[in-house]
Amino acid sequence: MTTITTQTITFNVFRFNAETDYLPHYKTIEMEVTSEEVVLDILNRIKWDVDGSFSYRRSCRHGICGACAIKVNGKGVLACKERMNDLIELFGTELTLEPLSIKRAVKDMIIDKEDFWKKHEQVKPYLIDEIDEHPESENLVTPKEEAQLLEADYCIQCGLCHYSCPSLENNESYIGPAAFAAAYRFNADVRDKATLDRLDIVNAPDQGVWDCVKCFECQEVCPKEVNPIEKITKLHNQVFENGVAINNVATRHAVGFAHSIKKHGLLDEAELVRYSEGTVPMLMKHGKVGFKMFKVGKVVMPWNMPKSDKLDEVKALIKSSSTVKF
Amino acid sequence: MEKKLTYALFTGCTAKESTPEQLMSTYAVAEKLGIELVELSEATCCGASHLQDYDDFLSLVLNARNICYAESRGMTMVTICNTCQLNTAMTKHRLDNDPELKARVNEKLAEVGLEYKGTSEITHFLYAIIDDFGLETLKEKVVTPLSQFNIAPFYGCHNIRPSELQNETHGKAENPYNPNSLDDLIVTLGGVNVDYEEKNKCCGFHAELQAPKTAALLTGKALMGAMDANADWMVTPCPLCHLKLDTQYEHAGHAVGRDVKMPVLHMQQMVGLALGCTPSELGLKHHVSKVNFV
Ligand code: SF4
Ligand code: SF4
Ligand code: FES
Repeated sequence: MTTITTQTITFNVFRFNAETDYLPHYKTIEMEVTSEEVVLDILNRIKWDVDGSFSYRRSCRHGICGACAIKVNGKGVLACKERMNDLIELFGTELTLEPLSIKRAVKDMIIDKEDFWKKHEQVKPYLIDEIDEHPESENLVTPKEEAQLLEADYCIQCGLCHYSCPSLENNESYIGPAAFAAAYRFNADVRDKATLDRLDIVNAPDQGVWDCVKCFECQEVCPKEVNPIEKITKLHNQVFENGVAINNVATRHAVGFAHSIKKHGLLDEAELVRYSEGTVPMLMKHGKVGFKMFKVGKVVMPWNMPKSDKLDEVKALIKSSSTVKF
Repeated sequence: MEKKLTYALFTGCTAKESTPEQLMSTYAVAEKLGIELVELSEATCCGASHLQDYDDFLSLVLNARNICYAESRGMTMVTICNTCQLNTAMTKHRLDNDPELKARVNEKLAEVGLEYKGTSEITHFLYAIIDDFGLETLKEKVVTPLSQFNIAPFYGCHNIRPSELQNETHGKAENPYNPNSLDDLIVTLGGVNVDYEEKNKCCGFHAELQAPKTAALLTGKALMGAMDANADWMVTPCPLCHLKLDTQYEHAGHAVGRDVKMPVLHMQQMVGLALGCTPSELGLKHHVSKVNFV
């Protein structure tokens, strides 16, 4: 039998009402928390026992609707799934409860998710095909074909990844991890016919997959193990495999690695920048920093470029294992 | 007698090119601690998370080949770059958990007489010091405690996320939402660890060319966070974070509207300072943001 323990926790609760408040404020609430509780229990108790005007979203209480997503000490959680004990172990007894995005707060924990749904819509998250309206049999997909979705269809649209993504936070055009996972989900569906359309969307500069900073926040935060960055990598791969890569700094940056490794085993860092940007833009964009680096011995001259031992072996492997061309 | 720690050192490319001071300080610290490092001279670039966007299979084959050379020496591979750590550990994870993929990769490796077995562990030098050498033992070796410094740890994404990989590569996985390895290291060396929101955030390095605005904002915010927390300098286990924070302060400063320049040390340089290595052994002159306190 497990014994139920209690602890006193100090909560700093984000409070804001867009209709009446100019600025948000934080309210400090002390509470006895039992080892049985999840974050949603705390939200309920704040509303029921402390302040009836406190607002938040919840629906299923089973981790499948995504409504209850908030942040605790900056960590995105599904309130109905996240155990208080785990959070206390991680952060101690002072916990800050905040909405997923402070700048999108409408009332307390409730945010306006319009941007999330717009991004979702942007990638055409539905099956596109000429459909026979009166089919004579079911349109079956084999288990192997289904496995190609890589569980991207498990997404519950909670927005945890979207509102944890630093790329999106700093660039509103960026489509974001959840929508990319959705784009992959339909591109990977054997019945779908719109792969190239979706690749056009996710391949575009400023909004597309090339703006991912590869921080892995989306993989870490996702409560359904959708692993959005894995899907982003797959979309990168699809761009090359389908021959729709635009010849630009982003694609040349990826391809440049293969060139360098073939030549030196190691990456020729300066040459990678030149290859990706072009000589003149490189000098204009990076000349000043490059010179500073040169002065302190941070630049290797081409004639001093180190090489891996057994380079022939590397060349042979690149020749036999390469799967795409650019 | 204690067993001597020996590792196969995967230097990665950056330590051999734009952060020579990182390689120097790695060797200086290893010598002080009696850790033997055998350089994997055959190793190639890990692809730095970009080659896999172009050609995932090729990236797997090349990373598996690197691990083969650690295996052939019968050693744990130690990395000194977060991104090398991630790419190598991710390769190992995928091959060890997918026999079909492993067979496909081994078919290629066989052409050059190699076989990936999965027998070598992979760890980062930071965790080799913390988990294998041990903080208690390290503390005994400190000759110059860093007590007059407020030090801002900057973890870098690829050592702390995804956490499922850390569970595999070094036993005591830290929590990406509240990491503690660098903080513990700073305290062990007698320094004061400062807390700030950006310490476990991204520096923007990997999008520097493709998304310069986003990258500059991230760098700027990280430097600003450390400055506002009153740090004298920052420390990172990742040479890529180092490069971004050390050399890109001007763009970053424009992006955030503030002058954001501060010394950014490699984890090894910080350890070396406390162990009594000289500034030249640690390559402290190879910084763009001057290390002006030594
Ligand atoms: S890995 Fe890419 S998509 Fe995922 S959170 Fe980071 S920047 Fe966003
Ligand atoms: S990918 Fe995961 S974190 Fe992102 S919206 Fe879907 S379920 Fe939520
Ligand atoms: S209430 Fe549905 S996921 Fe939490």
